[in-house]
Amino acid sequence: MPIRIYVPKDACAIACGADEVAEAIAAVSLVRNEPVEIVRNGSRGMLWLEPMIEVVTTDGRIAYGPVEAGDVEGLFAAGFLTGADHALRIGKPEEHPFLAKQTRLTFARCGIIDPASYEDYRAHGGYRGLERALTLGPAGIIEEVKTSGLRGRGGAGFPTAIKWKTVADAKGDQKYIVCNADEGDSGTFADRMIMEGDPFELIEGMTIAGIAVGATKGYVYTRSEYPHAIWAMEKAVEVARANGMLGANIAGSPYSFDMEVRMGAGAYVCGEETALLDSLEGKRGTVRAKPPLPAHKGLFQKPTVINNVLSLTAVPHILADGGQFYADFGMGRSRGTMPIQIAGNVKFGGLFETAFGITLGELVNDIGGGTATGKPVKAAQVGGPLGAYVPTWQFDLPFDYESFAAKDALIGHGGIVVFDESSDLAKMARFAMEFCSVESCGKCTPCRIGSTRGVELMDKIIAGERVTANLATLTDLCQTMKLGSLCALGGFTPYPVLSALNHFPEDFGAPPRVVLEAAE
Amino acid sequence: MPHYEPWSDERARAVIDEFTHLEGPLMPMLHAVQETFGHVPDAVVPMLAEKLNVSRAEVHGVVTFYHDFRHEPAGRHVLKLCRAEACQAAGGDALAEHAEHKLGCKLGETTADGRVTVEPIYCLGLCATAPSAMLDGRIVARLNERRLDALIAEAQS
Repeated sequence: MPIRIYVPKDACAIACGADEVAEAIAAVSLVRNEPVEIVRNGSRGMLWLEPMIEVVTTDGRIAYGPVEAGDVEGLFAAGFLTGADHALRIGKPEEHPFLAKQTRLTFARCGIIDPASYEDYRAHGGYRGLERALTLGPAGIIEEVKTSGLRGRGGAGFPTAIKWKTVADAKGDQKYIVCNADEGDSGTFADRMIMEGDPFELIEGMTIAGIAVGATKGYVYTRSEYPHAIWAMEKAVEVARANGMLGANIAGSPYSFDMEVRMGAGAYVCGEETALLDSLEGKRGTVRAKPPLPAHKGLFQKPTVINNVLSLTAVPHILADGGQFYADFGMGRSRGTMPIQIAGNVKFGGLFETAFGITLGELVNDIGGGTATGKPVKAAQVGGPLGAYVPTWQFDLPFDYESFAAKDALIGHGGIVVFDESSDLAKMARFAMEFCSVESCGKCTPCRIGSTRGVELMDKIIAGERVTANLATLTDLCQTMKLGSLCALGGFTPYPVLSALNHFPEDFGAPPRVVLEAAE
Repeated sequence: MPHYEPWSDERARAVIDEFTHLEGPLMPMLHAVQETFGHVPDAVVPMLAEKLNVSRAEVHGVVTFYHDFRHEPAGRHVLKLCRAEACQAAGGDALAEHAEHKLGCKLGETTADGRVTVEPIYCLGLCATAPSAMLDGRIVARLNERRLDALIAEAQS
C-alpha cells in the first residue's frame, strides 16, 4: 500500500517551493522503492510553515515543514513515512496551537481534503447545507440566514439576508448570483485560499443563494493575479457539473443553477460591487451611482445578489447546522466567525478563523508572534489599502464591525498587515493617495482629482514645505474625499492617511502628539 | 518563456469567435487576444467593435482602462514585483530598488535589450510570506536579494 502524503498546491505553498517538493518526493520514493501517493491539498493556513507536508500514518496525519526539495532525502532517511522524528517535524497539525485556538467553520475542510475531489468534499460534510436548503425552500433559507446574523464579509457588513430578500422579492425574468472574488486588498488572501483549498464550498454557497432568490446563473469574478484559484475553481465547477450539482435539476430537485468563473484585468476598483458588474458586462470598471441597487438592477440590469466569497462560503454551514448555531459565535452585532488574515512583517503569518471579539493585540502579538524582523510593532493596517493604521496603544480593540468603526477604523475583509518601528507612515500615507490616484475609476471628482492633489500635498509635506499649512489642507481634502466620493475607494482612502497623521504626526514633520487615546 | 503568435486577421477573428456565446464576452475576448498575440493590437479594436455592435471608442475605452492589457508587446520575460502594503512592510521597497538598479530600468519599463519587462503588481495574495514576485506567471514568495538575483539572472538568460 502506498503511503499517502499531502503536499499543498495552495499558491502560497507553490510560491515557497511546494511543486519542487512534490517532485522530489516522487523521485526519491522511486529510488528508494518506498511507494507513496501524493495528494495536492489546500493550505491549513499556517503559512510560515509552507510548504507543510503531511504524511498519513497509523497515528493520523503528521506534518513536517517548512520543507524544501533538498530536505526530502533526509526526511525519507529519517523515516518520515511512519511519522518519525526530524528537525522539521511539527506533529499533528490540528494540535498545533495556531490551529487548536481557532474556530473553523468556513475553513473547516481547507487543507484537509483534496480540493478537486467531489467525493472528499461529500465525505467531509459537503452539500449537507444544500440538502437541508432543498427541504426548507427559498423563504426558509432566507429565514435561516437571517437568524445567523451573517453580514457581508467583503467589508461593508451589510446583512446578507436583507440583500437576498430584496432580490427574492424583485421581479425579473433572469436573476444572477455574483460572487465578488476580486480580492485586491493587500494583506488579504482568504478568498484565494478557500477557492484553492475548498472550491466546492463556494459552489455550494452560490447554489443555495440561487435557490433562495430564484437565480439560475452565477458568476465568480476573480483576479488575473490569482491563476491558481481560477484553475481550482474551474476544475471544481466542471466536477460539480459532472456530478449533477450544477446545471438543470440540481441533485434531482426542481431547481437549476449553473455558474462561470470570470477574470478581471488588474483593476483594483473592480472589487467595488458596481464597478465589478460593469466589468463583467464587458465595460470599463466604472462605479455606478446607487440607487438603483444591484439587488434591483444589477448585472445586465437584472436583479442580482452580489456577495463576497467569505459571505457565500459561510452559507453552507449556516444551512447545515442552523442559523442559531452560527449566531452563537461572535459579539454584539458581529455574529459568527471571521477568517482573519495575518500578514506583512509578522513572524507567524497565516489564516486565523475565529469568532468576532478577539482583540487586535492578541492577533498581532500572541498569535502572529510580533514582527518577523524582531523589531517592536509600530502599527497594523487593518482592512486593506483603505483601512486605518491602528497604533499599538489601540491594540485592545476587539475585532468587531462597530468597535472598529467607533475608532475611525474598519475591519474590511479581515486582513491585518503588521509594520515594525522602522516604517515611515508619512510614506505609507503618500502611497495610499498614490494608489487611489492610479486606481480611481475617474467617475467622481473627489476621488479622481482629490487623490492626485493628495499625492502632491504629501510630497510637499515629506519635503518639509509649509508643513502646518499643508497638513491642514490635507485634512480638509480628506474630509472632502470621505464625504463626497461615490464609492469606498475615494471615500476610504482618507482612513489610512488620517490615521497615520493622527497617530504618528512626527512622521509628517509635525510635533508628536500626546496620546489622547490613553486618557479615554 | 511565453510564446506568442504573429498577428493575423484571420487568427484574431477565430480567437474572438470562441467567446461569442458568452454573456458580456468582451473581457474574455481581450484576455484571449492578449494570450495569443502577447498584446492587444489596435487592429483588433474595430473587429471587436463590429462583433459586439459597439463603437470603436467603447472598445478602446475598455482596453485602456485595465492595467493588464498591453498596447505594445512586453519584453521576452516579464518580472512583476509586488509593491502593495504587506510586501512594503516586509522590505519590498529595497528589493524594487535593487531590481531597478540591476536591470537598469524603472518599474514599468523594459530593458534596452528587450529581454526583461519589470512591472509593479498590486498583491499576489501571498502576503503572509512577503515579499513576493511573479516571473512569467510563476510565483515566488519569501523574496530576498539572493532569490531576486536568481530570478533576474533567469530572466536575462
